[in-house]
Amino acid sequence: MGRITLEKVSKRFGDVEVIPPLDLEIDEGEFVVFVGPSGCGKSTLLRLIAGLEDVTSGKVVIDGEDATRVPPAKRGLAMVFQSYALYPHMTVRKNIAFPMRMAKIPEDEQKRRIEQAAAALNLTDYLDRRPGQLSGGQRQRVAIGRAIVREPAAFLFDEPLSNLDAALRVGMRLEISELHKRLETTMIYVTHDQVEAMTMADKIVVLRAGHIEQVGSPLELYHNPQNVFVAGFIGSPKMNLIEGEEAAKHNAHTIGIRPEHIDVSRDGGGVWSGRVGVAEHLGSDTFFHIHETGLAETITVRAPGEVQFKHGDQIGLTPRADLVHKFDAEGLRIV
Amino acid sequence: MARAVTSQRKAINTVVAWAIGLLIFFPILWTILTSFKTEAQAIASPPIFLNFDWTLENYAVVQERSNYMRFLWNSVIIAGGSTLLGVLIAVPAAWSMAFVPSKRTKDILLWMLSTKMLPAVGVLYPIYLLFIQLGLLDSRAGLVIVIMLINLPIIVWMLYTYFREIPGEILEAARMDGATLREEIIYVLTPMAIPGIASTILLNFILAWNEAFWTLNLTAVNAAPLTAFIASYSSPEGLFFAKLSAASTMAIAPILILGWFSQKQLVRGLTFGAVK
Repeated sequence: MGRITLEKVSKRFGDVEVIPPLDLEIDEGEFVVFVGPSGCGKSTLLRLIAGLEDVTSGKVVIDGEDATRVPPAKRGLAMVFQSYALYPHMTVRKNIAFPMRMAKIPEDEQKRRIEQAAAALNLTDYLDRRPGQLSGGQRQRVAIGRAIVREPAAFLFDEPLSNLDAALRVGMRLEISELHKRLETTMIYVTHDQVEAMTMADKIVVLRAGHIEQVGSPLELYHNPQNVFVAGFIGSPKMNLIEGEEAAKHNAHTIGIRPEHIDVSRDGGGVWSGRVGVAEHLGSDTFFHIHETGLAETITVRAPGEVQFKHGDQIGLTPRADLVHKFDAEGLRIV
Repeated sequence: MARAVTSQRKAINTVVAWAIGLLIFFPILWTILTSFKTEAQAIASPPIFLNFDWTLENYAVVQERSNYMRFLWNSVIIAGGSTLLGVLIAVPAAWSMAFVPSKRTKDILLWMLSTKMLPAVGVLYPIYLLFIQLGLLDSRAGLVIVIMLINLPIIVWMLYTYFREIPGEILEAARMDGATLREEIIYVLTPMAIPGIASTILLNFILAWNEAFWTLNLTAVNAAPLTAFIASYSSPEGLFFAKLSAASTMAIAPILILGWFSQKQLVRGLTFGAVK
């Protein structure tokens, strides 16, 4: 249960082609993350799978059956929305029970599942409250509870954490990951935050302007980005992309080197050199934003631990040669 | 910073508000006062304000001459029936306009409103003939239908405005949760729109209650509501101001009491969506 295939699926809104025909295979039990900048069509793609939008052409196949014309209510998928979309006039208990009520599941079974979900999500004490009386994190847990109880073929998450504050976001991220490990149900998760994508996904789908740029595991995308866009999008801080003379030395149009793959040195050592603009000391790492390298406007370097350089210092940089990514004029990876 | 309101300013505001309120209410107050006067005092010049012989005679005469309860019952049925029927039709209509608008939705809304700009008398003749053909003349069912139809644009517009305030994602959540369209409207949309639906019902009940043109033209005896009851006392060939006032007071009393107890709901309904 929970195998979803998109065959040549496309979507137009009027004259605007939001999603050009694309194919995608989502395996049973996989945690798939759609990631991309805002407006890249990732939410639309999720809504096409959900059935909340009709596809313009192509097929959505769920568990071997063509679901293209099946209404959302009958697709057996559960969705968690960015705005939580709880029913404000119902208590938490009734909110969670709603999908089971619609499915005409017997009352005692409903009760059992509500209690189970509430216990798993720390909601037991809040079952008789209304959504308006809960914090953002609790509301999101109710939304997840409502999704769990119907035992769907797959969960769809539409930027579920973007309304939460940073600390809560990290906590909920873990909870969702643990939920996935426990339920082993297919999850499709939309986010613009590549950290969420990297930490949670089995498989990341990077989208830009409706196109799939690359599909792969987080580490595949990290080590072998297929093009400049994926190289720049995945990884934090961003990969340094260098064009021109330096790239030509590698027989490439563009070369990319991740901040953590550059070694720093003092006193004129190193292949490149520059002047420290901003040094960010995080304790575990130190980030340097370096100017006047003659390579790009800013080169970012991530040095492990505490490294004592300050604003204005001259700094030597040595990229690790085997970790330099090379791209051609079209932005595609050169193998 | 909140605007400072001095107590002097507050006092002035209070006086002005009361003055305007009384000015608006005065005709109704005068009608009520007149209903307790004798016919002679009712037309006395200069007019007598409070210093007259209070009497209930007018009410007794009115009740004796015409059966108030029958008119009241007709009013309740016509106003209530047309409002409920209208809401039943308008909820799905407003749902589709608010949540799955098409290119023509705005045009349809305007077109519906434009029917309110047509003078009612323009369609009196065809409707009258239609009523004769269908045997609906002087029947409560006929009036329920006509008044429902003339108020339907307002009901749809009001509900449309309220529904637009409801986030579409909640309805989408219901769809994902397996609700059919009917279940989505009954279990999710309607409960969330209850304040709006309540004030729509209230306002349309009042409009239907006060509707005089169609009720006067399409009824005679059997289906005549309170508007016809008042009209029967406004005869040109006699001085019946006190009795007319008594009849009017009896006709407006139920709706006045209803409005008084639901004024919070009414005000909320009329300002709904002004502040989020």
